[in-house]
Amino acid sequence: MQNPETILPPITERSGILRWLRHNLFNTWSDAILTVVSASLIYWLVKSLLTWAITVAEWDVVVANLRLFMIGQFPLEQVGRLWVALAFLVFLTGNSLAIWDRKSYLAAILILGLPVFLIFLPFAPQTRIWLGVLAAAGILGWGLGYSAPQSIKRSVAIGWLIALPIFVLLTRGFTPAVEDVPSTALTIVPTNLWGGLLLTFLLTVVANIFSFPLGLLLALGRRSELPIIRWFSIGYIELVRGVPLITILFMAQLMLPLFVPGGIDIDRVLRAMVGMTLFSAAYLAENVRGGLQAIPKGQFEAAHALGLSGAKTMYFIILPQALRLIIPILVGQFISMFKDTALVAIVGLFDLLGIARTVLSQPEFIGLHREVYAFVSLFYWTLSYAMSYISQRLETSLGLGVR
Amino acid sequence: MQHSPARKRVTPFWRDERFLQALGQAIFLLAILSFGMLIINNMRTGLQKQGMTLGFSFLSGIAGFDIAELPIVYSRTSSYLQAYTVGLLNTLLVSGIGIIFSTILGVILGVARLSKNFLVNRLAALYLELMRNMSLLVFLIFWYQGLFLKLPRIKDAIVWFDSIYWTNRGIGVPWGIPTASYPTFQLILLSGIFLALIIYFSLQAYANRTGRAPLSLLWSTLAFVIVAALGWLIMPVKPLEISIPFAKGLNLSGGKIFTPEFMALTSGLVLYTAAFIGEVVRSGILAVSHGQVEAARALGLNGFQTLRLVVFPQALRVIVPPLTSQYLNLTKNSSLAVAIGYPDMFYVSSTIINQSGRAVEMIAMVMLTYLTFSLVTSLFMNWYNAKIKLVER
Repeated sequence: MQNPETILPPITERSGILRWLRHNLFNTWSDAILTVVSASLIYWLVKSLLTWAITVAEWDVVVANLRLFMIGQFPLEQVGRLWVALAFLVFLTGNSLAIWDRKSYLAAILILGLPVFLIFLPFAPQTRIWLGVLAAAGILGWGLGYSAPQSIKRSVAIGWLIALPIFVLLTRGFTPAVEDVPSTALTIVPTNLWGGLLLTFLLTVVANIFSFPLGLLLALGRRSELPIIRWFSIGYIELVRGVPLITILFMAQLMLPLFVPGGIDIDRVLRAMVGMTLFSAAYLAENVRGGLQAIPKGQFEAAHALGLSGAKTMYFIILPQALRLIIPILVGQFISMFKDTALVAIVGLFDLLGIARTVLSQPEFIGLHREVYAFVSLFYWTLSYAMSYISQRLETSLGLGVR
Repeated sequence: MQHSPARKRVTPFWRDERFLQALGQAIFLLAILSFGMLIINNMRTGLQKQGMTLGFSFLSGIAGFDIAELPIVYSRTSSYLQAYTVGLLNTLLVSGIGIIFSTILGVILGVARLSKNFLVNRLAALYLELMRNMSLLVFLIFWYQGLFLKLPRIKDAIVWFDSIYWTNRGIGVPWGIPTASYPTFQLILLSGIFLALIIYFSLQAYANRTGRAPLSLLWSTLAFVIVAALGWLIMPVKPLEISIPFAKGLNLSGGKIFTPEFMALTSGLVLYTAAFIGEVVRSGILAVSHGQVEAARALGLNGFQTLRLVVFPQALRVIVPPLTSQYLNLTKNSSLAVAIGYPDMFYVSSTIINQSGRAVEMIAMVMLTYLTFSLVTSLFMNWYNAKIKLVER
C-alpha cells in the first residue's frame, strides 16, 4: 500500500520572477547572449553617466544662468506679466487634465506638483512667490475642471485658442516705451530682448498659429479643380518641402529686408517668425490634405444632394471631420516645429540654444560645453516628451484619430 | 443647372460658373504676378542702392578662402563655382554615408524594438524615445562640442590596437595608399564585379525557372571576393600600401584622418535618423499579418529565415515610402553642418555670401540644388516602389 506521504506533488511550473526571467530574458541561448550584452551596455551607460553627472560635471553654469536660459535679456521689472501668462497656461493645463483625463491622477500630480516641487529649490523669494501662484493656478484649474460639468469642454477649448495670443501680447506689452518715464507694467519690450525658452516658445506658437490658415488654404488649393490655383499650391508646397528649413530662415533673414520697400525695418525675430510660418505652412498643408483625402466621397455627394454649395460643403461637412481626424498629426507637427526652432540660433537669435552659446562665451564658463548642452538637450527633450505624452492621453480619451 | 426646356433661360455670363472660375483664376494669377513683380522691383532698387546687380557671373571670381575638407582639388585661388562644387560633394558624401549607416542601424533598432527579449526591447524603446524627442541641432552641437572636441589631445591620444587614434584633432584609422599597380588592380576588381553580376543573374534566372532558391547573393559575393583576392596575390607590387596613422608633433599623420566635424555630423545624423527609420521599420513589420509569421514557422523556417524570406519582403512595401522621406530628411538635415563647421554646400555658400554679398543668387542656387536632390530621390524611389509593388491579379 502506498503511503500518501510518498506521493510527490505534481510538478508545477516555477511561477513568479524566475519564470518571467526564463521567458523574457533567457528563452534561447542567443537570447541569453543578447540579454547579457544589453545588460552590460545598460550598466556601462548608467554608470558612466551617473559618474559624470555627479562627480565631474560643474552644474554651477546652469544655476548661475538659469534666468538667461528661461527668458534671455527680458527686463526684470517686466517679468511679472510673463508669470501671469504662464499661470493662465498652467490653469488651462490643470483644467484640461481634469476634464479630459479624469482618471490619471498620477499625470495630474506629476504636472501640477512640478511648481510645488520647484518652490522648495533655492530660488529667489520673488520667484518662489510666483511659483506658488503657478501651483495655485494649476490646482485651482484642476479642481474646477473636476467639479464642473462636462459641458464646459467647449469653453476650455476656446480658452486654449485665446491663451496663446494672450501670451504673445503680454510678452510684447502695449504702451510704447518713452524715455525718462518709468516703465509701467505693460511697457513694450522690444523683440531683441526676448530670449531663451521664452523666444523658443513664442516662435513655435506664432509659426503654428499663422501657418494654420495658410496651410489650410494651400491644402484646399492643391485639391482645387482650378488648374492655376492647383499648380501654384503644388509648386509652393513642393518647393518648401524640398529645401532645408535653414535655407528658408537664411532667406528670411537676408532677403526679406530686400523684398519690402526701403525704409520699413523688419526686426530679426519677426523675420524668423515669417520664415518659420512659411515653412510650417507647407507641411501643414500636406497634413490637412491627408485628412481631406480620408473623408469618403459619400460625404461630398450627400452634402451636394442637400444643396450645399462647394464652400459650405467644405466649411460645414468636410473640414470639421477632416481636422478632427488629423489633430494627433497636428500636435506632432507642433512638437517638431518646437524642436526646429533651435535653428534660429544659427541665424543669430538668442533662443534656448543661442543663449547656450552666449553663456559658453562668458570667460568664467569656458569649456563647460557638456554641462550646458546637456541641460539644453534635456530641456528640449523633456518638453517634447511631455507634450507628446499629454497629447496621447488626450487623444485616447477623446477618441481622436479613430473613426 | 437643369431647367425644363420650355422655361429655359440663357444664363448671363456673369453667373456662368465656367466664366467665374476663369475670372477667379485670372485675378489670382494677376495678384500673384503683381506681388512677385513688386517684391522683385523692391529687391532691384534695394540692391541698386548697395551698388549691386543680379547675375551669376561672379561665380568665376576667385574665392579666396580655404576649405578644410576637400574631395577634389581646390585652393584659395580657385573660383566660387569650384568652392560650391566642393561643398556639394561634401554634402553628397555625408548624405550617402549617413543613409547607408542609418538604414543598417534603423533596421536593427526596428527589429530589436519588436524583440521578445525584455531587455533588448526596452533598450531599443528607450533609444527611440530619447532620439525622437531630441532637437537634432542641439544634439549635433552637443555631440560635436561635448564629445568629439573633448577627446584627448594628440599626446594623450586614446589608441586602439596601435593603429586607431582618437584625438580632438580627428580620428585616425589605417588606410590603403594606392601604389603604381593600383589602376591594374581596379580593372581586376571591375571584372570581378562583372563576373559576380553574371553569376547573380544566371542564378536568379535558374531560381525563376526551377523554383529552387540558390543563395545567389552569397555565391556572387564569394566569386567577387575570390577574384579580388587572386588579383591581390598575383600582383608583383601590392596595389595598396597600408598606412598606419601616427602622432607627429601637434597633428596626426599617415593613414586616414577623419576630422571631428565630419565624424560628429555623420554619426550624429546616423544616430538621429536611425531612430526614425527604426520606427518606420517597426511599423512596416507590424503591418505584415501575424498569420504569415505563423505559417513560416509552421513550414519550419527559423526566426531569421522568417524575417528574411517572409516578413521583410512584405514589410518593404509599407516601409519604402516613409523611408524615402527619411532619406530626404537626412540629406536636408546635413545642412546643419553649418552649426558645427563642416564645409557642406550650405556652409560654403554662406561663406560665399559673406565674401561676395551675393545672397539672392547663392540662396537660389542652394535651394535649386536641394530641390534637385529631392526630385531625383523621389523619382528613384518611385521606380523602386513600383518594382516591389504587390502584383495583383
